[in-house]
Amino acid sequence: MSYMKLIENMLKGQKRACGKLITIVENEPEEAEKILREIHQYTGKAHIIGITGPPGAGKSTLTDKMVKALIKEGNKVAVIAIDPTSPYTGGSILGDRIRMQDLALDPNVFIRSMGTRGHLGGLSKYTKNALKVLDAAGYDYIIIETVGVGQSEVDIVKIADTIIMVMVPGLGDDIQSIKAGIMEIGDIFAVNKSDLFGADRTATEINMMLDLSMDMERRPPVVKVVAAKNEGIDDLINEVREHINYLKKSGKFEERRKNNLKLEVVELIEEELRKIVISHTDKESKLDGEVVDILNKKKNVYEVRDEFLGKLNRSPN
Amino acid sequence: MNRPIRVLVAKPGLDGHDRGAKVIARALRDAGMEVIYTGLRQTPEQIVATAIQEDVDVIGLSLLSGAHNYLFPRVAELLKEEGVDDVLLIGGGVIPNEDIPGLKEAGISEIFTPGTPTTEMIEYIKNNLKR
Repeated sequence: MSYMKLIENMLKGQKRACGKLITIVENEPEEAEKILREIHQYTGKAHIIGITGPPGAGKSTLTDKMVKALIKEGNKVAVIAIDPTSPYTGGSILGDRIRMQDLALDPNVFIRSMGTRGHLGGLSKYTKNALKVLDAAGYDYIIIETVGVGQSEVDIVKIADTIIMVMVPGLGDDIQSIKAGIMEIGDIFAVNKSDLFGADRTATEINMMLDLSMDMERRPPVVKVVAAKNEGIDDLINEVREHINYLKKSGKFEERRKNNLKLEVVELIEEELRKIVISHTDKESKLDGEVVDILNKKKNVYEVRDEFLGKLNRSPN
Repeated sequence: MNRPIRVLVAKPGLDGHDRGAKVIARALRDAGMEVIYTGLRQTPEQIVATAIQEDVDVIGLSLLSGAHNYLFPRVAELLKEEGVDDVLLIGGGVIPNEDIPGLKEAGISEIFTPGTPTTEMIEYIKNNLKR
């Protein structure tokens, strides 16, 4: 089927067309560009929620419960669930749906699993493309569940409007909570499995960490939940709503999206520039002579760079 | 198109034994495929809805409860109803030899019974994709 026909059917709400389009934008960069150019006018309406946190924190279970709460209010909700790809075989087990079984048949829900396919940062390279397709398809909320993250996978900030950081008791002492990285990106902190021993302490440590930031315009709330028992989910949804209000009232919503768009354009330009550089350095190993000069101390790496860029009629910076 | 093969490994019906499905999922993963595993007790409707959203190339059904003669053909039927003609449907589990011809007639491309080496199944998938 032509991609124009798929787009037409996707806009009519056909899930099969939506699924097919995601496959294309995830796998074929050239076709993807054509599709994304075409659907651009329909995007930008969905509110994007990022759910991140360590492996086993309960992100999928929490996602399941949040989707249920959101569709009960009449929303259409899509989920992109990301799991790791093997660096050895390229294969992956995408198992997030296990926690979302009874959502498969809901007409207002669409769930798609993706492997990271070698991309670091908590998302896959083309998560953003899939997000745009689902946005154009008219989902009111799109939840992106990252892979289980460690300390520095923060790519989700580049695409989400609201980030929920899911923590659980027992992962370490309070020094963990003042480290840089993932603890800085949460708009809302959810302490899941808060029926377990140590949950109060975890919540207190996060609160203390947050109180150390003096220049914060908005202090992220800490919500205790037990996703498996559906406890605290309404509080969490209320906090998401509060955050949306804050973003809109303060002008941050637009600011964040503008920043992200700028980042996206810069990334696209970088990618094209990289292709130019590769095409000039790869063909018949054009740097072979220069490399020998560097080895023999006739030149240094910076001279070779400047010469190369001179040839490309560009200069550094 | 050179993309990873996407497989939905699903357990239809009331059957709590997923050791086999997990071994299969793991073998397919190690063969470089993206395996969507949905857990136990899926209805044929859930399986087909999932296959559509995930746009998989293959559905692998695993069943040990004896209800394969109803559940496997039901999945094939629903795929047809939804106009899905590009998905390879295969099955496995404790399935008596005499049931296999009927299942194939109902639209299940191949049945793998206990003792089948995973490599055989992987080869079959690679050679019989409908995309």
